[in-house]
Amino acid sequence: MAEEIVRGTQSGEVTLRIWRGDQDGGAFEEYVMPAQEGEVVLDVIHRVQATSAPDLACRWNCKAGKCGSCSAEINGRPSLMCMTRMDTLPPGETVTVAPMRSFPIIRDLVTDVSFNYEMAKRIPPLLPRSRTEDEEAAGGYRMAQMDVDRSQEFRKCIECYLCQNVCHVTRDHEENKTAYAGPRYFIRSAELEMHPLDTNDRRQLLQEEQGLGKCNITKCCTEVCPEHIKITDNAIIPLKERVVDAKYDPVAWLGRKILNRTKRTAAEAAVSAPAQGPAAVRPSEEVRGVPLPHPHDTGGAVAAAVAAPPATFPGDDAPPDA
Amino acid sequence: MTPVVLGGARGGPDVPTLRTDRYWVQPLVTVAVLTSFVAYASWAAFVNKDYYVGASVNRDLISPFYSPCLTASCVPGSHPSTVITWWTISPALLILIFPLGFRMTCYYYRKAYYRSFWLAPPACAVADAHGSYSGETRFPLLLQNVHRYFFYFGLVFNVILTVDAVVAFRQPGHGLGFSVGTAVLLVNATLLWLYSLSCHACRHLCGGGAKLFSQAPIRHRLWKAFSPLNGKHMLFAWMSLTFVAFTDLYVRLVASGTIHDYGFHF
Repeated sequence: MAEEIVRGTQSGEVTLRIWRGDQDGGAFEEYVMPAQEGEVVLDVIHRVQATSAPDLACRWNCKAGKCGSCSAEINGRPSLMCMTRMDTLPPGETVTVAPMRSFPIIRDLVTDVSFNYEMAKRIPPLLPRSRTEDEEAAGGYRMAQMDVDRSQEFRKCIECYLCQNVCHVTRDHEENKTAYAGPRYFIRSAELEMHPLDTNDRRQLLQEEQGLGKCNITKCCTEVCPEHIKITDNAIIPLKERVVDAKYDPVAWLGRKILNRTKRTAAEAAVSAPAQGPAAVRPSEEVRGVPLPHPHDTGGAVAAAVAAPPATFPGDDAPPDA
Repeated sequence: MTPVVLGGARGGPDVPTLRTDRYWVQPLVTVAVLTSFVAYASWAAFVNKDYYVGASVNRDLISPFYSPCLTASCVPGSHPSTVITWWTISPALLILIFPLGFRMTCYYYRKAYYRSFWLAPPACAVADAHGSYSGETRFPLLLQNVHRYFFYFGLVFNVILTVDAVVAFRQPGHGLGFSVGTAVLLVNATLLWLYSLSCHACRHLCGGGAKLFSQAPIRHRLWKAFSPLNGKHMLFAWMSLTFVAFTDLYVRLVASGTIHDYGFHF
């Protein structure tokens, strides 16, 4: 019975191969732990910390798949450690746990995800239309549910950055980081682009500054999303189609001219992007009814004390394209 | 705006992937199926015979690879009254560019062949096979943006192939009837409609591009109707691809006399 309970081992033990290292290099180290029923990978990592390697660094917080802190690569697959049950891994085999590959390592399983915050700053914030007289009288905006349904799917994002990590555009081509927002920020742009109040036209910005054209829709971001957001089908492809509307479709262009439907230009939209700080993705405080950004933009707790390198970004002189 | 730093040592070993599962199976199967289809379709397009089953066997069946048959070289009964006379090679080559372009620029097939043929990337968290990467920002991949125009042409072909399926109820010499060939053409047309209507461009054009659904109720209804189909786009892509080849094969076998098209007439 014991073997059935601790599926995955014959000896009642699990072997973890965990990456230990920092900016100066590293290597895998093996840890053998007693198997326990119902554990997730993060549980075993914690027991390694408690019993064998108190200096093992890993970032975690909620242990419920909602804070997005414990992202790692388990047997090579980008996953949340707290949502990966040990009994879903191949029985009897060593489990490999490595840090997210796309970002600079700080220590062990902790990576520096500052790239994502920089990309967040480059997104022009929501620029709401003016209120109608009725809305002024009521003291807030009024939006139909059917108009916000699409955007609300993207609000599920927990900013675990697994999608940013798995996207091969930057994972395999570091140079693209200068001009590629990545899947997480494509869904942020899609959320704003589809927002019923927003008046910004983000299409030119997406195409020319944020690298939407670099995405070749291989859907890895969708595959790894722990919130099951259909990133490619519901955000990236609709954004690509909107760019086609603006740039590659003469019929749509003619229709806009005839109907005199114009939005703010990308240049005007870019001016709205604050130079720095998380306020870049925060709508005006005056806008009632507009959902605020997630509160955990800065990630979760760091289990072991690690000294993060200063968040300096000295160079942006790489070519914008590969 | 703060610039983005490049570099910084990454964690983990410097290997293409740490995955231990059989991630290579899916791209391998994709290569096998797509290569087989392209090989068969190329042969069928160039062979220029056995694509129409006519009055001699009391049928009116035409291969989807040759419909509409628009050139003077088309076999009697397979073409409309007005034909193109200057085209002297296989009539299939005149029209196949449109369905081929539709599938080549399709968002699903792009994923399939970028992964399996171009290895960019072969699978998630597996290093892609190229030193540099510019995605769909440059020629020729910039042309993927014309997908919606191929979608429009695809709709025209769907109408034509639906008419072919309806015409297949006609059995010259017997009146109206129904045969296995009729069913094959009907299923083929249905799958092609499902593939087209589940297309991402279709979803966008019918309603996805609307900013305010509350002010575009018809577009909202269309978008709601097509979105579930869109979720099955991959399934319809494969089903329609394999069935269109099967339809050509069936018509070809009947036309060449290899098999008999069983059926009945009213």
